[in-house]
Amino acid sequence: MDVKEYIASGILELYVAGTLSPEENLEVQHYALQYPEIQQEIEAIEKAILALTKTASPKMPKNSFAKIKAEIEDVIPFTPEATKRKDTSSWSTYLGWAASILLAVGLFWMYSENSKLKSEIELTNQENQGLQNILSDTQEEISIKENLLQQLRDKNVTVIALGGQAVSPTSYAKAYWNKEESKVIIDAQGLPEPPDGFTYQVWSLKLDPLTPTSIGLLADFAAMDSKLFTLDNANESEAFGITLEPEGGSESPTLEQLYTLGAVGS
Amino acid sequence: MQLDNLIIKFQQKDKAAFETLYTMYAENICGVINVIVKDAERSEELCQDVFVKIWEKSDQYDTSKGRFFTWILNIARNAAIDEVRSKTHKNQKKNLSVDSLVGIYENSEDLNGKMDTIGLQSLLKGLKDKCIKLIDLLYFKGYTQKEAAKELNAPVGTIKTRIRSCISTIRKNMA
Repeated sequence: MDVKEYIASGILELYVAGTLSPEENLEVQHYALQYPEIQQEIEAIEKAILALTKTASPKMPKNSFAKIKAEIEDVIPFTPEATKRKDTSSWSTYLGWAASILLAVGLFWMYSENSKLKSEIELTNQENQGLQNILSDTQEEISIKENLLQQLRDKNVTVIALGGQAVSPTSYAKAYWNKEESKVIIDAQGLPEPPDGFTYQVWSLKLDPLTPTSIGLLADFAAMDSKLFTLDNANESEAFGITLEPEGGSESPTLEQLYTLGAVGS
Repeated sequence: MQLDNLIIKFQQKDKAAFETLYTMYAENICGVINVIVKDAERSEELCQDVFVKIWEKSDQYDTSKGRFFTWILNIARNAAIDEVRSKTHKNQKKNLSVDSLVGIYENSEDLNGKMDTIGLQSLLKGLKDKCIKLIDLLYFKGYTQKEAAKELNAPVGTIKTRIRSCISTIRKNMA
């Protein structure tokens, strides 16, 4: 297993929040025992949440535990007087005690069996719920992907390959341009994650003379798992380019930061 | 390791162990309740009830429920949300608003002058509203991934990576 990848997935944050299913909880615990890095990460996340929740606390009186202590002591009533009362105990009282103890043990046993069964049912229900959630998540993802595939397969779509430029020769991207619907889908899987405070901006270019028009930003790049971005483009584009710009985008492209570029074929 | 021992003793109804756990987590638990209930006095009462409940339910905790803190956090959240939804509270016209944490952060809307708003703001520094909302939903309101995605109008698949980056910022702010 790739520990770094597991940590980066964000599952541990959800584990601390308590929103995972019992199975997922057990899986995380299993890995935490196996990999100290995961255990440390869980503790660090919990520490952050502890720091945050603590700031919201109403300032509490110093002896605030005293009240709780008083209350939990009430829960177990025990009367020592009963033992003092009689010295003259006959066999019938012993028998009475024995019978009632037996009854109490029996009742307790039934109670614990019952609550065991109840908690088993609860666990099964939770498991069901967890599986249902997974199923509906998966269905949702499939329908999003199918929809996307449909869009890419449209007969009006022109595919433009954008090749890496001087700043980043290994970068690449693809533009799926649907001229009829004035939409372009950018597949930015081949671009590195932008540094903090920067964002990618997509430009539609006219070549003669060279006139760039911004058609949008690849916003929330890191959070977008699919790295597919849909933008509006009503221009008569002859080429597409992607540059790295300060957050919020720029009026005109910073050409030294041109990552990828590609011309629209005829 | 020490925490594990404390929890075992607590489950054997050791009051001293319970008091130690209380000292470790009371402020956090009361803080979560305070964000939801928005009433310091009522939060303190409720917080006390929650710890009594934790004591009574001690045998129900096991590791399939996650971290011990996560377990008590869940009990506290449920109690606080029940409180807000209950009738007694409706009279006071307060509701379970989605953006309570954002409100506290932006308006320094200190509910009753008792919170450490400066501490809160320095921890949340540089976080976008979206992030604070997500933290509020997942940690303070107990939303599932799916519910949070719906509330924020975001794809379910992005919730995990997003919360990872949000919490990372808080961790940087702590350093």
